[in-house]
Amino acid sequence: MTAKTKTKRSKAQTSGSHGKGKAPLLEVQNLKTYFYTDDGVLTAVDGVDFQVAEGEVFGLVGESGCGKSVTSLSIMRLVDPPGEIVDGRILLQGEDLLAKKLAEMTRVRGRQISMIFQQPKSSLNPVFTIAEQIIEVFKIHENISDEEAKASAIELLRRVGIPDPERKANAYPHELSGGQAQRVMIAMALALRPKLLIADEPTTALDATIQAQILDLMQDLRDATDTAVILITHDLGVIAELADRVAVMYAGKIVEESDTITLFDRPLHPYTQGLMGSIPVLGEAKERLEVIPGNVPSLINLKPGCRFASRCAARQEYGLEICERVEPDLIEMEAGHKVRCWLYQEYEGHTPPLRKGGGR
Amino acid sequence: MTVQDAAVPQTEVQDYRNNSLLFLTFRRLFRQRNAQVGMVILGFLVLVAIFAPALAPYDPDRSLIGIEPVEKRAGPCIHALGCPSDQPQHIMGVDGNVRDQYSRIIYGTRISLFIGFSTIGLAVVVGTLIGAVSGYVGGWVDNVIMRFMDVILAFPSFLLAIAIITVLGRGLQNALYAIAVVNIPVFARLVRSSVLSIKELEFVAASRSLGASPLRILFVRILPNAIPTLIVQATLSIGAAILEAAALSFLGLGAQPPLAEWGTMLGSERNQVFTSPHLVFFPGIAIMITVLAFNLLGDGFRDAMDPRLAQLTKR
Amino acid sequence: MLQYIVRRLLLTIPVLLGILVVTFLIARAIPGDPCRSALGERATDAACEAFNRRMGLDQPVPVQLAIYMRQILLEGDFGDSIRYSRPVSLLLIERLPVTLELGVSALLIAILVGIPAGILSAVRRNSKVDVAAMVGANIGVSMPVYWLGLMLAYVFSIYLKDTPLWLPPSGRLTAGVIATPFYRVWDLSIAPGTVGAQVADFLSNLVLFNSLITGQWNVFSDGIKHLILPTVALSTIPLAIIARITRSSMLDVLGAEYVRTARAKGLRERAVVLKHALRNALLPIITVVGLQTGTLFAGAVLTETIFSFSGVGRALFDAITGRDYPVIQAFTVVIAIGYVAINLIVDICYAFIDPRIKIE
Repeated sequence: MTAKTKTKRSKAQTSGSHGKGKAPLLEVQNLKTYFYTDDGVLTAVDGVDFQVAEGEVFGLVGESGCGKSVTSLSIMRLVDPPGEIVDGRILLQGEDLLAKKLAEMTRVRGRQISMIFQQPKSSLNPVFTIAEQIIEVFKIHENISDEEAKASAIELLRRVGIPDPERKANAYPHELSGGQAQRVMIAMALALRPKLLIADEPTTALDATIQAQILDLMQDLRDATDTAVILITHDLGVIAELADRVAVMYAGKIVEESDTITLFDRPLHPYTQGLMGSIPVLGEAKERLEVIPGNVPSLINLKPGCRFASRCAARQEYGLEICERVEPDLIEMEAGHKVRCWLYQEYEGHTPPLRKGGGR
Repeated sequence: MTVQDAAVPQTEVQDYRNNSLLFLTFRRLFRQRNAQVGMVILGFLVLVAIFAPALAPYDPDRSLIGIEPVEKRAGPCIHALGCPSDQPQHIMGVDGNVRDQYSRIIYGTRISLFIGFSTIGLAVVVGTLIGAVSGYVGGWVDNVIMRFMDVILAFPSFLLAIAIITVLGRGLQNALYAIAVVNIPVFARLVRSSVLSIKELEFVAASRSLGASPLRILFVRILPNAIPTLIVQATLSIGAAILEAAALSFLGLGAQPPLAEWGTMLGSERNQVFTSPHLVFFPGIAIMITVLAFNLLGDGFRDAMDPRLAQLTKR
Repeated sequence: MLQYIVRRLLLTIPVLLGILVVTFLIARAIPGDPCRSALGERATDAACEAFNRRMGLDQPVPVQLAIYMRQILLEGDFGDSIRYSRPVSLLLIERLPVTLELGVSALLIAILVGIPAGILSAVRRNSKVDVAAMVGANIGVSMPVYWLGLMLAYVFSIYLKDTPLWLPPSGRLTAGVIATPFYRVWDLSIAPGTVGAQVADFLSNLVLFNSLITGQWNVFSDGIKHLILPTVALSTIPLAIIARITRSSMLDVLGAEYVRTARAKGLRERAVVLKHALRNALLPIITVVGLQTGTLFAGAVLTETIFSFSGVGRALFDAITGRDYPVIQAFTVVIAIGYVAINLIVDICYAFIDPRIKIE
């Protein structure tokens, strides 16, 4: 398996390596977000750890329902009931966001961390104009006159590539296309130059050509503002294009984490390998795309052991029985490359078949 | 293949059945506190109605003059609460014709439940037919029928019911017809929109191409889909119908004395409210509890069928 | 916007004409002999013939309709009440203000209490406040209006007699309290019999309005006291319904993606609810408020009966049961106009609130 080679990667790579030595901008420790449903406790996010360095683009990838969106909402503390953050710490420059009062948290939102969503059109309030919604961000966090705010809003619209921004500023969301709406969302999110932008499937709902434009826009703005980005997606192409480092999530846990190139070159976890197999690669003729058989398990009343065990081809191939008994840990196989799998981890009486040596 | 292997697909089948919409709906329904309370009250009322003769200590229609030494409109006398035991017990007092109000309230349950079920039953049947024809035939027939339904809906339903009774004449039976008529448009609209929404779906087209008759398609394929929404609306409408019937009787247009109907009881004693409030209080409470039961149950049904709302009831 | 309102007004003209025709026909469909219900069961045939000629009832129905339409449209004349032998317009001037004051105050209470209660319930869903409000609302919609009215009358005029909380059980004003019409207080000379005089009479029959502008405080407070119980009784059902729809509409909207965006911007929860959510939740609420006017009218018949108000509701009830055709026609037309007016107001509110509703 080879990673897609991208011209834009060079920049991403350098910023990725320079981010390594510094103290992390964001540190998520043992985050647990559960949903208390009628049918039982749904462990949507179950002990997630990761770090995002300043200026870094951190990809969070996985199938729908794996907990990546809930992770991002947890960072913003925007999980709606019946969901609840039950454990963990979320440190933004060393300050625990989960320990903050709600009033303090509102000062973080939009100013230090902002967010864009999957459905840009329904993420904008239908009864307010574009300008009103952007101006609001300034009015919340800054002491600024209406005229200044309006001028800044129009300037922002121009920067995100909205044509005729003076006129479009007075448009309502239903008068915009999906791509334009996402540009407006991006303008709103970056209005106050936050330290961290969380982009939750920013291009999924858009047409393919628009997707590329939005990704380019995000890349450009990120380069210009040096905002760190948590990029949440199920699309490995998007990850390859933008991300410096990637974490792969499966059923509420991170199963593999590394820098982007390594992940594409040497995916360790059988699930990651499966994901790689399910994307078409240019120039490589394949009879059919590989599909991971089975479904994500229900996150209510989980069985012990590895959450991927029931779908794992490698488990059968190597005849591992521990997978269904004990959950593996996220261990570091090589510098910056972590994986959660019994193929690599030792345990009482269990000898990992692929200990040291990386991918197959 | 071993026996154990054979068991696996079977449990899967079971799983699917357990997750059917109807099953989920009912499970949610039974978990809902509103619906639980509604069901308990309604069950209680049905039992009261069935066993009215056993529960009522007196004949509801017979005056006690000359039978017992009680005064006209005497207040409640409950032995357990300190009423002298040499006096006859009337836990809800005695009315203007010296009848035991408690017995009348108990028998009134029968009438109110009958009113609720019969009026809405009629409205559902007629409304379904009208709506189904309207939606299935379409074109000008649909237009004419639906405009007519709009006209009925445009009038305040209670005034329309009064007008209909004025045409038909006073009395319980005519009040029932009037209430049924004003309730028809809601069900007609409901069924029509349901018919319209699935008329063009594939499985209907498929049965049509297989040569099924239109009537068969309508009744076997299309109408069953409208049943859940019909149940919700009907349950809520029953409560409203009981309330409306009682109001008509209160004004003297519906059930006539001496029938032990709650609205009539309340209406005929309303001028005595300042001297004998118990004669107004108890029939009103009876009406309220009955209507409340249907409303709670209807709300419960609706919430149980709406997965969005079910999300919010968690925890 | 003005153009929209004008066009909407023009569209109501055919509706109103249709209402005139339909009410005429419905009134004629009510069986029974108006002569004998006016003159008594034992009126002679000759007397009845003369009566019918005087009232125009000897003409064929289409001719009656033509005469009726001409009178109303050209002369603004609704004819004379068969029962009271007085012009229907006088009856309207006397009775409509009573119902108007009752209905408007009930609707105001329903809105001013119902909407905040619904919002509070939605924001604190499943809290004690929510449960209490919704139990109250459920009981409210299940209560017979006339029963509540009677019980209130009993409690406040008998049980609380000789306390400051005492309230009168019936009537619009205490016997002996006489409101002087404003035009007499101000010595305005209005030629009797003109439209101006009719309007002036109508306005002076609005007890609260008249006493308020002329400073007749004893009349005003007496009028308020008499209005409290009927208003409370009449407002119960609309209040409960408005509270419920507000709650469910707010719950819908609070889960919307644009509300999440508003929170992500760093907006305080209060502003999220009152600015972003409420405005979107208002559409269904306004629809229901509009529909409640019908409920209010039905309730007015019962409330006016219990509290001995001589208003339109009671008059219409008497007219229907007494086959007073001109009164039925005129009052139904008035009610229908009220309906149309409220629909118009609702539509205009829609257009103001939601930019997606195209003003064409």
